[in-house]
Amino acid sequence: MGKTFAEKILALKSGKKSVVTGEIVTVSPDIVMSHDNTAAIAKKFKQIGINKVKHPEKIVIPLDHCVPAATEKYAANHKEIREFVQEQKIENFYDINTGVCHQILPEKGHVLPGSLILGADSHTTTYGAFGAFSTGIGRSEVASIWATDEIWLRVPETIKINIEGNMPYGVYPKDIILNIIGDLGADGALYRAVEFSGKVIRKMDISGRMTLCNMAVEMGAKNGYVQPDEKTIEWLSSRTNKKYRVIKSDADAKFEKIINYDISKLEPQIACPHTVDNVRPVSKVAGTKINQALIGTCTNGRIEDLKIASEILKGKRISNKVRLLIFPASMEVYTEAMELGILRELVRSGAVIMNPGCGPCLGAHEGALAPGEVCLSTANRNFKGRMGCKEAEIYLASPATVAVSSLYGEITDVRGNLK
Amino acid sequence: MSIKGKVWKYGDDVNTDVIFPGKYTYTITDPKEMALHALEDLDSKFAKEVKKEDIIVAGRNFGCGSSREQAATCLKYAGVGAIVAKSFSRIFFRNAINQGLPLVQCKEAVENISSGEAIAIDFEKGELSCKKGVFKFPPLPESVLGILEDGGLIPHTKKILKIEKGE
Repeated sequence: MGKTFAEKILALKSGKKSVVTGEIVTVSPDIVMSHDNTAAIAKKFKQIGINKVKHPEKIVIPLDHCVPAATEKYAANHKEIREFVQEQKIENFYDINTGVCHQILPEKGHVLPGSLILGADSHTTTYGAFGAFSTGIGRSEVASIWATDEIWLRVPETIKINIEGNMPYGVYPKDIILNIIGDLGADGALYRAVEFSGKVIRKMDISGRMTLCNMAVEMGAKNGYVQPDEKTIEWLSSRTNKKYRVIKSDADAKFEKIINYDISKLEPQIACPHTVDNVRPVSKVAGTKINQALIGTCTNGRIEDLKIASEILKGKRISNKVRLLIFPASMEVYTEAMELGILRELVRSGAVIMNPGCGPCLGAHEGALAPGEVCLSTANRNFKGRMGCKEAEIYLASPATVAVSSLYGEITDVRGNLK
Repeated sequence: MSIKGKVWKYGDDVNTDVIFPGKYTYTITDPKEMALHALEDLDSKFAKEVKKEDIIVAGRNFGCGSSREQAATCLKYAGVGAIVAKSFSRIFFRNAINQGLPLVQCKEAVENISSGEAIAIDFEKGELSCKKGVFKFPPLPESVLGILEDGGLIPHTKKILKIEKGE
């Protein structure tokens, strides 16, 4: 009987010949990521009673959750982190001028196929787009890994999701993943590994694959995975010289479930308040008035996303009832968007270009909502209070849907509006 | 180990943003202050009225969403003695154990417990007693139980490192 990707990589990382689903293994990760939460983790680390992290070279720390610091408290938090980084001689530190962790770890060459990456952030699942096994852990766990280089993981069962058909006009990877989450529910893949495959995935660019894996956690998944191919290898070739080994599920691997989708007739999808699995086709919610539109975050802040938005907005003006915020996911994305003239078009259409970072996604700063307001966002969560106000509503959609909706001041079907 | 407490009952998919809002994640660092905001966006009465060893009973996927450990920390410091749910979100499950907060996964029990009643949980026997009867639940895996018994992951790691050093 063949093995799944999850079984193979967790066997490899735990030094075992083979493992079975449900087994608890002790693994040593290749990369451990933490962000603005690093100061809190450092305090826990010191409580363990040792002074030096075991493997500084495995640690990657980007600042992104509230950058630049919004208040004195945030500033003090960042200061503590910079001091810890110096003290521990951590080389892979990215200050506020770099971008969102899940964008810059791949950009800076820290994500390799066949690697095990753990991060103190639930959307660490993103790196599965490159064939890594990556998942979120808590703060105490990061502190403990810094001290011991070890952590326990349960070997997950794998759900394989085959996506076939042709991408309809106006439909994007975000619509596909929202549709899947709506179908399976917020716990539809709880504790499971999810492997995305099929013709649509093979044709999909890296950016779209990242969107799918990023949101796998919204259906409870432990990790998302896309088998690396020539697109992955090409993307990585300009980012890293490090050697890696691609790990794939065997042809006769035992999946817990195989779910088949044909997306040829899919409509653009919207996740409605206040849960990510409350998904409806755009036709059912079109006309809902919005106050703020947001394009960016680790889900949809890449150059491909900004391109789509600027093509829709070029030469037009957004509704005067809407504030459109653009958060490029990284400085690299920001620079490229600048060079391509994308930022100019977005600004002319009435958008506000923000600095790379998480922005208001978690309600910390830079565009929080007021009571009674509605935001249409490309982010990954719409929980009550998520953007700082529990009396506000958040809808989630693709960058194309958000861009076109900002023109009309209401949720709009992009299909009638694409050039 | 056993506990007895009053039940606060909630539904499915109680997410980490309603347990501990994101806007506090970097501004509140004292666990006692975290406790004052526990379940703030779900039940504003909870933090004010919760008593030591009270028990949260909830539906499916408790703790879904963010990896923020404060979601477990704020409940622990609010006095919550245990959480009983039909299922737990993966990272929350880990965070709760790592904070020394016991969890019970038992769908049948959840369906038979009402808000406000007093229930008892015996972790050694794997039994939960409520008005409608006694329900069995499976014990936690041994390696996980060890973390809980040591009072959380940080004291557990501390202990293990000392053992390795032969102290």
